[in-house]
Amino acid sequence: MNSLLEVSGVSVSFDGFKAINNLSFAIRSAELRAIIGPNGAGKTTFMDIVTGKTKPDEGRIIWGDLSRSLLGMSEAKIAQAGIGRKFQKPTVFEDQTVEENLVMALKSKRSPFAALFYKRSPGDMRRVEELAGEINLADQLYRKAGELSHGQKQWLEIGMLLAQDPQLLLVDEPAAGMTPAEREHTTALLVEAAKTCAVVVVEHDMEFVRRLNCRVTVLHEGSVLAEGSLDHITANQEVIDVYLGR
Amino acid sequence: MQKSFVMRNPSTLVFLGALAMFTILVTVLAEGSGAGLISTSFVKTLGKTLCLALIAVAMDLVWGYTGILSLGHFAFFGLGGYMIGMWLMYERTRGIVEASLAEAKIPPTAQEVTDAIGNQIFGVVGSSEFPIIWSVADSLALQLALVVLVPGALAAAFGWLAFRSRVTGVYLSILTQAMTLALALYLFQNDSGLRGNNGLSGLQNLPGLDHVAQSTVSIWFFWASAFALALGYLFAAWMVSGKFGSVIRGIRDNEARVRFLGYPVETYKLFLFTVTAMIAGIAGALYYPQAGIINPAEVAPIASIYLAVWVAIGGRGRLYGAVIGAAFVSLVSSWFTGGQVPDVNLGFYTVKWVDWWLIVLGLSFVAVTLFAPKGIGGLFDLWSEHRSPNRHGADLGPSAGSLQEKEAVE
Amino acid sequence: MRTYVLAALMFLGSAVMTLAQTDSPVGPIQTVLQNHKETILKSSRKTIGPAIDAVVASKLPQARSMLNVWQSKNMWHHKPSGLFYQAQKAEGKIYRLLDLDTGDIVDEVDKSDLKQIKPNSGIRALIATALVRFQLEDPDPLIRAKGLTGIERAPDASLLKPLLASIDSETDPELKARKSRLAKLLTISFSDDGPARIAAIEALSGDLGLDVRGALNPLVSKVTKAFEGEIPSSLNVAQTRIPGRDEFTKAIAYQLLVDAGKAPAQITGDQIRVALGEHIDGGLVGGVPIVQLGDEDARIRAYSALATAGKVPPLVSDADIESTLSSFSFADIYAEPSPDVSKAAEAALSSISTRVSLSQTADLTLDALSLASIYFLAAIGLAITFGVMGVINMAHGEFIMMGAYTGYVVQQLIPNHTVSIIVAVPLAFAVTFAAGVALERLVIRWLYNRPLETLLATFGVSIALQQLAKNIFGTQARPLTAPEWLDGALVLNPVISISYIRIAIFVLALIFLGVFLYIMKRTRLGLETRAVTQNPQMAGAMGINPGRVNMLTFGLGSGIAGVAGVAIGLFAKVTSELGSDYIVQSFMTVVVGGVGNIWGTLAGATMIGFFQKGVEWMNPSNTLAAQTYMIIFIIIFIQFRPRGIIALKGRAAGD
Repeated sequence: MNSLLEVSGVSVSFDGFKAINNLSFAIRSAELRAIIGPNGAGKTTFMDIVTGKTKPDEGRIIWGDLSRSLLGMSEAKIAQAGIGRKFQKPTVFEDQTVEENLVMALKSKRSPFAALFYKRSPGDMRRVEELAGEINLADQLYRKAGELSHGQKQWLEIGMLLAQDPQLLLVDEPAAGMTPAEREHTTALLVEAAKTCAVVVVEHDMEFVRRLNCRVTVLHEGSVLAEGSLDHITANQEVIDVYLGR
Repeated sequence: MQKSFVMRNPSTLVFLGALAMFTILVTVLAEGSGAGLISTSFVKTLGKTLCLALIAVAMDLVWGYTGILSLGHFAFFGLGGYMIGMWLMYERTRGIVEASLAEAKIPPTAQEVTDAIGNQIFGVVGSSEFPIIWSVADSLALQLALVVLVPGALAAAFGWLAFRSRVTGVYLSILTQAMTLALALYLFQNDSGLRGNNGLSGLQNLPGLDHVAQSTVSIWFFWASAFALALGYLFAAWMVSGKFGSVIRGIRDNEARVRFLGYPVETYKLFLFTVTAMIAGIAGALYYPQAGIINPAEVAPIASIYLAVWVAIGGRGRLYGAVIGAAFVSLVSSWFTGGQVPDVNLGFYTVKWVDWWLIVLGLSFVAVTLFAPKGIGGLFDLWSEHRSPNRHGADLGPSAGSLQEKEAVE
Repeated sequence: MRTYVLAALMFLGSAVMTLAQTDSPVGPIQTVLQNHKETILKSSRKTIGPAIDAVVASKLPQARSMLNVWQSKNMWHHKPSGLFYQAQKAEGKIYRLLDLDTGDIVDEVDKSDLKQIKPNSGIRALIATALVRFQLEDPDPLIRAKGLTGIERAPDASLLKPLLASIDSETDPELKARKSRLAKLLTISFSDDGPARIAAIEALSGDLGLDVRGALNPLVSKVTKAFEGEIPSSLNVAQTRIPGRDEFTKAIAYQLLVDAGKAPAQITGDQIRVALGEHIDGGLVGGVPIVQLGDEDARIRAYSALATAGKVPPLVSDADIESTLSSFSFADIYAEPSPDVSKAAEAALSSISTRVSLSQTADLTLDALSLASIYFLAAIGLAITFGVMGVINMAHGEFIMMGAYTGYVVQQLIPNHTVSIIVAVPLAFAVTFAAGVALERLVIRWLYNRPLETLLATFGVSIALQQLAKNIFGTQARPLTAPEWLDGALVLNPVISISYIRIAIFVLALIFLGVFLYIMKRTRLGLETRAVTQNPQMAGAMGINPGRVNMLTFGLGSGIAGVAGVAIGLFAKVTSELGSDYIVQSFMTVVVGGVGNIWGTLAGATMIGFFQKGVEWMNPSNTLAAQTYMIIFIIIFIQFRPRGIIALKGRAAGD
């Protein structure tokens, strides 16, 4: 199996509490995957580890065609390597316009000098407008992000992730607090994105997961409990016991 | 949507125009070059104020735009002053020493001249040897380079250590304060090589230009300060206008998000910290020849805190705010502490402003922080009806992994 | 038997009666003096010894007063009777005579009949020595102790004998030990008896007293001397020196010869310049044009030309120095002639210095501990407001200052220092508690979650308070005097001592630690504080009033700062800048220790205290440098432990 990201034997503990316990997990390129699990199952910590925010106590994380280890790389380096992350809460730069937010996220050289001498090329601007169209914000380009609605901020953040041109997207509860119509659009966005890159969605809402129509991994107490299609998962007695049944 | 730099920043043009008009006005009214309505000492005060405005611009870049509350930028300002002061003092002493040695029957050797200069400069701290840090004091070009390089190097070393270990927020502020305290304490020592608490003096006299009146020199420095401020302002406006500005404001508002976009946040901070330290060094190098003396008290932590006060009162996050704050507070300060303000007799107690000014300043500073967080610059918003979204929400919940409302930490 | 005794008593009584009745009574001391009449009248230092010894040997109670009279030139010789009297001028030339035995006035005579005994300074010194012996053997232990103190202050060779003589009869064990120690010191310094000196040196080799080192140091003092040819074997040589080896440079060796007049001095650059100036000859000096003389080589050339012409002393070249040095040998010579003594003294000194450095280490540790407790005291209030609540209060230092000034004011009203301190501590707490509550209500409350703005606003408060204090109390330092029972120091040995104030501060720091732990872990307020700090909304939902808790906690932290201020004021000068001297260090202490943990603050204070004392010890003259290095050290330390010594880990740390 040619995997894009391979996590094997990873453990991490905080003051004796094992947040992640010998977790192994792999995802192929251009795959859509949903991760579910009860609170404290280690979903967010898993994302923290992959993005370099938390250093695991043990285990390996292998990334990409070149099979590089992500351990020891800074968050910025990991992001540059092609892993984008969306936080649970919408985190966009509210004091800046939608356009500025997107321009900042566009794939480009990230050094201070490159940023200092950056000139907006017509190509970049086309891409920004294209993304704005995808996330339904084409007519909001010059509004400050802080003035957007909650759902629009979520889309903007997804748009920023797409602008990075990543190979792997880690999305934390994208549908939280959205109206049904907004959810539908979000689902479409993620499914569309999964055509070009791998997308991992952490979500509580089973309805949303069902609509994603993809493989599901269930985490429990820091390790994988079950993996498979949603129907397969929902039939699993263990999963029902620890998560669905409650 | 490509607009020219000036079009995107109309305030820059307005500011430069105002500065130019102010400079010309002062020149016309000054004692040394015109009507004589403004005394030389006041021209110097105005020139010094322009230098303070320049370091305030640097501070605004660091704090207002990037969110690093540095309580140590006056260390760089002072170092810049020391660097130019070394050359001024060395050359001027050399002039005096050579003039006096020329009277001797036997012409002095180079060593004798150096020794005599050393004696003259370091006599007050009981030494006559030139410390190694003075080894290029005879070269204006090198010493001018040091004006930028020494503060830059200190900022780079300190910043590298501090940012690398992800020290942020108030911890960083306290650490920067400790840095400037350490520098001040070091300079206070007699064997620091910079004359201990005597500092460097006589800096208002330009070597070899004794025949030029101070009234003229003051105008030169005033112009130089105005020019430096204009350049510094333009440079800062250019930095914050493009994508770089976007990134640093992003760092201010949500450092982690910027990091996950792939920007090396620490490198940006270090870059900005170092560049602003260099600007501060230049401002200091122009300030102290107008002040005439520099001593270690100038880099005491309190000075850097005042700098933050100016920027806060002027309105941070906008460059003209920093300039207005620095100019307004420092001029009002010197007005009050200069004893020109009449005392207020309350019958039972006479309010002497020299004594009470600091209390007024301290309390008005509290008031500004509480009631007008945008400072004086905020008034311009009322006028231009420009509003920014209200971003000060509460913590959305204790869940880790998702970000807390970090905007509050600006 | 009884009859004999009675008879003897009666005889004695009648004898006294007889003496009193006769016109020329001869008391026992007079008898002694009469026995040595000739030598006393001759008054020569060389011969007087037996006379003084006889007086002393008589062991008469009146001998001491008689010696005093003699020493102060008040003893006169009455020529007609041949007796000695104390004389006082009565009127004109009439002198009153007082009996030396009884002190009674016995007669008034004309001055012409009298001759004053004028002991010279040598004799007076001998008498003084004899008097010391009386002092040392006085029945009153206080007077004996006083005599010893006198000897310690001005040791002298002549005092050794009486001191030694008095040891055996000493009854007080403490005084006896002191006497024998002092006798050893005097033996070391003044005795001629080599073995006795060595024994004394060895006996004192574990003693840390400064006087011991003072007595030993002259024995090992040495000077480097130059000898033509061999070093005389009669000298006590410490070590031979070879020019150019170790620190004994050739320049030093040559200078030694110059100082001893055994070699011509080198001509200095200054001398060359002056000499050249004196020999200007029509624009030329020694054939070299003046304009060229701004160069070292040209000056040498000109001077050499002058020297060849014999006008100036010749230059001393390196080769000259070399050849001169080769004909001399150099050695360090002890001033003490006996090699055994100097060797013993060296050994004793080295063993003392080992013990001294051990003791110094202990003393340094105590010093560091006391500095640490000061830092802890200054920081503990911050550990509450900053560590627990996360509020940056730049005015914290001013609360310390307010506490100190409260102590000062109370002392102005209540003169008794003990009572005033007892009143000042709770009052300082009350004052700063109130100030803290006011600050929290008026300013900080509005700025929770905006730490940088809190920092700036409280800084504004800080400068206002500082200036206010300046306006009220002036700029000069105000004293806050400690009660008498805190004066002085606990002396463990001559090197290790610690002042009671520092011990008190250490104890106070421990008490504060206890109070802090009690409040945080055992009281309702502590529980509520921790709850509010972790999650204000949740705490609010549980029925806790976060505003009230924050207010009280902040007040508590500020109040503790006030009490710390009283303590700090006791040893530091109370000025309006008192607080700002401590504020940065206090924040450092909390940050280095690890925010939110009182043990961290304790560890931080200890580390900073020990580090600063350590640096001061390496460079004692420079406390400024110590602080500089300390701050640099802290900045680097933060690199390795960004969250402090005792760090919260994982999610709780807000990672």
